[in-house]
Amino acid sequence: MSTATDAPVPTTTLLRRSRRVRGGALVLLAVVLVLVCAGSIALGSRGVGLADIWAGSTGSTDGFDQAAVAKRVPRTLLAALAGAALAVSGLVMQGITRNPLADPGILGINTGASLAVVVGIAWFGLAAPTSYIWTAILGAGLAATFVWFVGSLGRGGATPLKLTLAGAATAAALTSFVTAVVLPRPDISENVVSWQIGGVGGATDEGLLRLVPFLAVGALVCAVTARGLDLLGLGDELAAGLGVHVTRTRLLAAVGGVVLCGATTAVCGPIAFVGLVVPHVCRLLVGVDHRWLVPFSALGGACVLVAGDVLGRVVLPPGEVDVGIVTAVLGAPVFIAVVRRRRVREL
Amino acid sequence: MTALAAPPPATAPRQDTVDRVRAGRRRRSRRRRVVVGVLAVLVLLAFVASLALGPTVYTPLEVLRVVLGQDVPGAEFTVGRLRLPRASLALLVGLSFGLAGVTFQTLLRNPLASPDVIGVTEGASAAAAVAIVSFGLSGAGVSVLAVAAGLAVALAIYLLAYRRGRVAGTRLVLIGIGAAYLMQSVVAWQLERATDVEIAGALRWLTGSLNGARWSDAVPVLLTLVVLGTLVLVQDRDLAASRLGDDAASSLGVRVERMRLLTLVAAVGVICVATAACGPIAFLAFLAGPIAARVVGPHGSLLVPASLVGALLTLVADFAGQHAFGTKLPVGVVTGILGAPYLLYLIVRVNRAGGTL
Repeated sequence: MSTATDAPVPTTTLLRRSRRVRGGALVLLAVVLVLVCAGSIALGSRGVGLADIWAGSTGSTDGFDQAAVAKRVPRTLLAALAGAALAVSGLVMQGITRNPLADPGILGINTGASLAVVVGIAWFGLAAPTSYIWTAILGAGLAATFVWFVGSLGRGGATPLKLTLAGAATAAALTSFVTAVVLPRPDISENVVSWQIGGVGGATDEGLLRLVPFLAVGALVCAVTARGLDLLGLGDELAAGLGVHVTRTRLLAAVGGVVLCGATTAVCGPIAFVGLVVPHVCRLLVGVDHRWLVPFSALGGACVLVAGDVLGRVVLPPGEVDVGIVTAVLGAPVFIAVVRRRRVREL
Repeated sequence: MTALAAPPPATAPRQDTVDRVRAGRRRRSRRRRVVVGVLAVLVLLAFVASLALGPTVYTPLEVLRVVLGQDVPGAEFTVGRLRLPRASLALLVGLSFGLAGVTFQTLLRNPLASPDVIGVTEGASAAAAVAIVSFGLSGAGVSVLAVAAGLAVALAIYLLAYRRGRVAGTRLVLIGIGAAYLMQSVVAWQLERATDVEIAGALRWLTGSLNGARWSDAVPVLLTLVVLGTLVLVQDRDLAASRLGDDAASSLGVRVERMRLLTLVAAVGVICVATAACGPIAFLAFLAGPIAARVVGPHGSLLVPASLVGALLTLVADFAGQHAFGTKLPVGVVTGILGAPYLLYLIVRVNRAGGTL
């Protein structure tokens, strides 16, 4: 009856352990990503001919069609980067907390990042785009620490229900604070409200360049801790017995995850459920080995977010649905399915 | 039921024990009456205060004359047209949220299973937003759609949480949280589509707001509260019995399944109509029941005290939102800032007590 019986979920790993099979699948996923990105550049609320697509993607902006395509290029890249970052961040958080429901959106960490940025803009006159990213990472870190602290108090440690509730409560409170900060400032409220939904529509080349170093550092940290996360999955005592510095591994991985989701939120706004769904699907494919899960989640997350963005653009023409809404509509059922799959005792 | 012959006790209970039990029961019922009376007086005071106080202050006598329909220069517009509909709507939705919230919490035996945590009010809010933005409806049509969506969400959560012959509370709450996310994204999508909606108007469907309250908003809430609220209140005894557990309740003559279905549907109706009028006021339904339990004590029904607490919270939070801060905050923002710490406190306290949550 205790949580110590947290045996790894008995999943049927679809891809057997052969390195060649998994490597092949990874390459296949990369090809899929390239195709999805090509689709994202070609498709949109404005139909564009092939010649204009080619000219637009190579930087030419003659005429409406080419200009529209040229705007889709940074947007696609941002969606790919954000998807990869959020998926890896979710994966790492699920690994640290040994909690199948962890996700930067559900745990309220993205909301913490939002609040920090909004407070920075409204009260401290933050204007430099790079400072948004730093502030968002700080806010995400504070929210993550708080949620983890509250969720792991008492017996049984951080159970999925406690963490999810702590996250939901924190997100609700922080959302109220965001509203309270923004409402008296009509000059910024319009932008903040649309940013709060979460989307990749406003992407620019400069914005991408500023984001990349943060994501690179975060991804590197997560990749380094992959082996440690595998061993943490066996339980803290066993991991320590196998020579893992438990606290250090957990802290390092958390920093990596927080940097990834904080930086992404600063640019795209809070996007939930990518970090929940993608790692679960990847785990079905390749099992629990984080050294494979990290690259699979990154590529998978990129595919999902780019595809979600395309879906949002073509599903209700001529309007667009922000990708944050698309991921929530697609991801919430997966969240419910995960809850249903687990035994009551584990929840 | 009591006629069934119980084996005669070996020794009759001693007289002083009987007296002690009787005195305790009397004391508790007196405390309950006092608390309910005090709550009702506080609600009345808050109602009058939100009519009388503001940028222009009126005496209670002037307020009373306006309410009675007499012509008072100046006060007639401010109090009669602006403050009275708003305070009345606050009172009605507060009663509705409190009543429905505590009904859910009692029937599902879980303080977390209140309709605003598990996505019922979010469903109603999403339906109301769709009805207004996409279909251009107003009035009764919005309420009907909101109730339908609330019932659909409640049913879906219940069925999804049902596995191997029973509904586990934890699973129900988590599935409800997922449903709430889904419904919130529908609201966000509708707000994105509505180009001409102001930020303040949009907030109504996200966190709940009483801005721009009109009499036409309050009428459906009042009617629903009278009809369905009464339906819930007459189940009071059975509801209290069901807190002992299904088996005990049915041995006391309660038709548990029928009572549960009837009461839950009525509670969904009450809260969804209220949500259609003012949006999903954050954490209101979740807070009212536990606060009422704290002031009344653990015995007896919580339906009336929780409704009064809900009304009091709404009136005070709306008043504070309008006047206490530099800017006018919607009532849902105030209750959200109040309610989330309480949820965290609940998590912490249950943990320390060693319970499983």
